[in-house]
Amino acid sequence: MNTLELQRTALRVRRGIIEAVHAAKSGHPGGSLSAADLFTYLYFEEMNIDPARPDMPDRDRFVLSKGHTAPGLYAALAARGYFPEADLKTLRHVGSYLQGHPDMKHTPGVDMSSGSLGQGISAAVGMALAGKMDGKAYRVYTLLGDGELEEGQVWEAAMFAGHRQLDNLTVIVDNNGLQIDGPVEKVCSPYPIEEKFAAFRFHVISVADGNDMDQLREAFAQARAAKGQPTAIIMKTVKGKGVSYMENQAGWHGKAPSDAEYETAMEELAKAEEALCQK
Amino acid sequence: MSEVKKIATRESYGNALAELGKKYGDLVVLDADLAGATKTSVFQKAFPDRHIDCGIAEANMMGIAAGLAAAGKVPFASTFAMFAAGRAFEQVRNSIGYPHLNVKIGATHAGISVGEDGATHQCNEDIALMRTIPGMTVVSPSDDVEARAAVEAAYLHKGPVYLRFGRLAVPVINDRPDYRFELGKGIVLREGKDVAIIATGLCVSASLEAAEILAAVGIEAKVINIHTIKPLDEELVVQAARETGRVVTVEEHSIIGGLGSAVCDALSEKLPTRVKKLGIRDVFGESGPAAELLKKYRLDGESIAADVKAFVTEG
Repeated sequence: MNTLELQRTALRVRRGIIEAVHAAKSGHPGGSLSAADLFTYLYFEEMNIDPARPDMPDRDRFVLSKGHTAPGLYAALAARGYFPEADLKTLRHVGSYLQGHPDMKHTPGVDMSSGSLGQGISAAVGMALAGKMDGKAYRVYTLLGDGELEEGQVWEAAMFAGHRQLDNLTVIVDNNGLQIDGPVEKVCSPYPIEEKFAAFRFHVISVADGNDMDQLREAFAQARAAKGQPTAIIMKTVKGKGVSYMENQAGWHGKAPSDAEYETAMEELAKAEEALCQK
Repeated sequence: MSEVKKIATRESYGNALAELGKKYGDLVVLDADLAGATKTSVFQKAFPDRHIDCGIAEANMMGIAAGLAAAGKVPFASTFAMFAAGRAFEQVRNSIGYPHLNVKIGATHAGISVGEDGATHQCNEDIALMRTIPGMTVVSPSDDVEARAAVEAAYLHKGPVYLRFGRLAVPVINDRPDYRFELGKGIVLREGKDVAIIATGLCVSASLEAAEILAAVGIEAKVINIHTIKPLDEELVVQAARETGRVVTVEEHSIIGGLGSAVCDALSEKLPTRVKKLGIRDVFGESGPAAELLKKYRLDGESIAADVKAFVTEG
């Protein structure tokens, strides 16, 4: 996909997020929106996957370690054709296969159940290790929140991945700067993030704007080229990106828009789409 | 009486893994800097490329095991019971139990028979913790023969299994031609009409000893080996309760949440019966030689016999 197509798809994913969270009357729009471009890039450009065969043995794998942003993952999976986009409205409803946090047993395309922070990265490391043991070419991606870096297990996993030189593993950190209780540097600062991953023997790539498709493209090309060590992509993003009143507001970490707020968000996203079409 | 052969079930675990490694190419073993103690070093020697030392990081080890299983391997994640079921409980629940991944947890050094290391390392809570996880199979073998059979059964079972092994060398009691291990099936080792002793792990041989002592004073005890605590062989438990009217459970584990509780759960619903739970009575352990601790905490044959006798004769 070219950049414009990716940008348009990311808007579709953002609309899916708002639809889902609004219908659920709960959920996590802020971190879903900050990573919407990343989800789009992974599923429409980067990963070797086939929505018709979600269990394809040699597929690339993605683990959403920051599992609370499931609406973003679901919206991307639906847009990619794993399941109908109309089902996004069943998010968090009794009986729905779209659980509040990713559930690999019931959702096509979800490679790992996750949601308890710090755990997804370990599973991703295990998948990458299995790939190495079996001499497979598949790659493994995992997305962490910046607040999630406060979990000690993240660093256990990072130490192991660096030690084992798992160059088929790419860890992405969504550095939107906000966690539930406020700015990450006020709550319990994970900074400097780049230096930490470098110390754990990662190839580190800083992305100044993780909501910019061209910058993502460049970062993932670099990650692919890195040999002999795992890669960490630290991307600065805007929490709530694309919906004006949600942007950079910690309060939108885990709450659903009202009907009026929903209308505003969808209008803004439609306008952004129109603006792109005129390009 | 000739000297009884004794082997610690952690040895059986290591030996079984090395044996099964030859048969099953997808079997991999993880450890957390305890390969020498959990005896996975035996497997490591035979299959160095399939042994993964995760370092002292049990939470991460459970997650790596989950990832390996999701990618088609059959991982045996090994460490002490305290760290497998205790420290990594939530990883086992969320990364292994919830997605029902095919991970086997080999937990050694369970119970007070850890001995000299003392209370921090004596896990008397693991059965209770593990049996609360939906879909988790919980196995506590009684000797070398059973432990080796349990490891292969766990490999063949699709889904998570918690295997509980001990540090202390225990008598081999199942070395007979008709011995057969089946997950979820208890084994009657001795018939008796006065009381049913239902035991697990190293308490099975001690219970057989107790039954001998009781027989000498005219009390006929039925002895049942429950190697699989979950799923529990409820049919056998209910049948034993019906036959004897009194049940004693014996385990090297807290009397809160372990075998005794599982038996009470079943009986209180299906056939209310008086049950005496023998085990660790809501206290932490302490340092000391294993045999002395088992005596102090009343899990040796003589203490079990005395407690069963008191229960049977109290009217």
